[in-house]
Amino acid sequence: MRLQYPTHIHIIKVPCTGRVDLFHLLQAFEQGADGVFVAGCLEGDCHYMHGNLFARKRVERAKDILAATGVGRDRVEMYNLSAGQGTRWAEICREFDERIKNLGPSPIRLAHDKKAA
Amino acid sequence: MIKATPKPLEEIINYVKDFNKILVAGCDGCVTVCEAGGMKEAKVLGSALRLYYTQAGKDHEVVETTITRQCDKEYLAELKDMVENADAVISIACGCGIQYLTEMYNDKIVFPGVDTHFMGINADRGIFEERCAGCGQCVLASTGGICPIARCSKRMLNGPCGGSEAGKCEISKDTPCGWHLIYERLEKLGQVDSFTKPVDPKNWRTSRDGGPRVIIREDLRKAEPQHGSAHS
Amino acid sequence: MEPRTPSKLEKIMAAGHLGVTSEVGPPRGADGAEIEHKGHLIKDYVDAVNVTDNQTSVVRLCSLASCIRLKQMGIEPVLQMTTRDRNRIAMQSDILGAASFGIHNMLCLTGDHQTFGDHPMSANVFDLDSVQLIQTVKLMRDEGKLLSGFEMKVRPQIFIGAAENPFAGPNVELRALRLGKKIAAGAEFIQTQCIYNIPKFKEWMKIAVDKGYTDKAYIMAGITPFKSLGMARYMKTKVPGMDVPDNLIDRLKGVPKEKQAEEGIKMAIEMIQELKEVPGVRGFHIMAIEWEEKVPELVKGGGLYPRPQV
Repeated sequence: MRLQYPTHIHIIKVPCTGRVDLFHLLQAFEQGADGVFVAGCLEGDCHYMHGNLFARKRVERAKDILAATGVGRDRVEMYNLSAGQGTRWAEICREFDERIKNLGPSPIRLAHDKKAA
Repeated sequence: MIKATPKPLEEIINYVKDFNKILVAGCDGCVTVCEAGGMKEAKVLGSALRLYYTQAGKDHEVVETTITRQCDKEYLAELKDMVENADAVISIACGCGIQYLTEMYNDKIVFPGVDTHFMGINADRGIFEERCAGCGQCVLASTGGICPIARCSKRMLNGPCGGSEAGKCEISKDTPCGWHLIYERLEKLGQVDSFTKPVDPKNWRTSRDGGPRVIIREDLRKAEPQHGSAHS
Repeated sequence: MEPRTPSKLEKIMAAGHLGVTSEVGPPRGADGAEIEHKGHLIKDYVDAVNVTDNQTSVVRLCSLASCIRLKQMGIEPVLQMTTRDRNRIAMQSDILGAASFGIHNMLCLTGDHQTFGDHPMSANVFDLDSVQLIQTVKLMRDEGKLLSGFEMKVRPQIFIGAAENPFAGPNVELRALRLGKKIAAGAEFIQTQCIYNIPKFKEWMKIAVDKGYTDKAYIMAGITPFKSLGMARYMKTKVPGMDVPDNLIDRLKGVPKEKQAEEGIKMAIEMIQELKEVPGVRGFHIMAIEWEEKVPELVKGGGLYPRPQV
């Protein structure tokens, strides 16, 4: 199975999405990410019971913060899929990449670029 | 412990939008326990403010820190350099911490980053319930260990009122009737007799009604040197 | 029991007659004539008229001013006072003001929480509760003292009333104990919550009689006629502490809509007849909510007319 997904997606592996804190998500944006998605196990299948459910709540809060700070709530998302769903993974990557491309570069990255120039 | 919740980010941004150098000061005490003003929350707020200033194209410097307690000047002293370096401070300690920080650094503008609510317990993750109203004259000995002032919506000392139904308060089906709880507990303890005697009007002077309160514990104060001691 | 005050209501019950009171809800505006109009409707059919104190925490023309209006019409008022909106300073002051106008009856209440009313954002007071308000009036009347200990030259003469809800939680036993507590504090007449569940009321009355409470205070049974099936359902489901048995709802359901009001009056009259026979019942408090014109019919139907002269 040779599935194609956009090469500019940077993957950060964590043992469980429950490990992803709110400030991790925000820091990614501070460092210039245009979008961030959290890919957790299917709901009900968390090895640590509720990790992916906590992650979803943090993503929801991140959306509110990104909205309030003018970054935009659609730049962060939560997805759930199992390790066996390679096709779905590729699909999510393409789908999210498409969404972010439509939104354009993050205002944070633009501001950084402007400063650097 | 004291229970607080973070203020809406929009409100905080509105306070500090015209400042550049911000110190977000958390507290490792009560507000850490209720996840409103500890290091994690300071980092989130700091990050959010940097995102805001960056997208708005404003120069900024946002620093986050916490100290052991903002209600002690010894710990507040640790903030000296950071406060001096900032244009404005957002304290995410409880209302006491925010004020004491302001008192210590009187020429600095300090904004509250949380809303402080009450003294309560951690009923479950993310559920905090009020238990004590700080009336200054504890009545728990005669009410089965359940406070009628904090837990009855009408702070009645001779409850329950006629609005108590199926163990719930008239204000909401989610609020237990404090007096129902008291009665059940007195029954369990075989103390229902104490329920039949009218309780006299309370002296509220020890409560908020008496004005701002101060406790002076002479036994805890620094001892004055004794004159004419054998070794003088 | 010997009467202790100039209250006509007290004298009537002390003479062994069944007392009859009703209530008037003041308007949500400055129209004093409305109180007078309502007063006129029931004047000759009751011994005294309660005036509610910002009932359900909705701002209305004040109870004290309304009572003065009634008094000036020759109607005996019962000043209702809740502890929700006033501290002990304001309440004692209002009691003195009421007494200065010859108001001789009071109903001491804690009051509904303000969340129910039109100003849910307001602060509440609750410096005292109903039991402590009873104690306060008694202290003022019998010892001539304020809560501060200050001795008055002229004491208020007030027949002290309280409300009790036999149907509220946790159980009938506690509700009877609480009645006892109010009587121990100084309550001399009790107006009960609207009674619909007669067996439960009798259970509560029996405890009151057995414990000797009825020797110390006059219990006045609360009567509120149903105007419609809708009202009965509303009382059952929406009003805190109200106990409406299904058989009453069913009875109204069995009657065509246009006859429900008439049936409601019939049911209330039957209730008065039945409650008259319950040991310890010394009177009736008829709360015909926004239906004051029906009070004469209820009083006559209940065999409580004409009212005794004392």
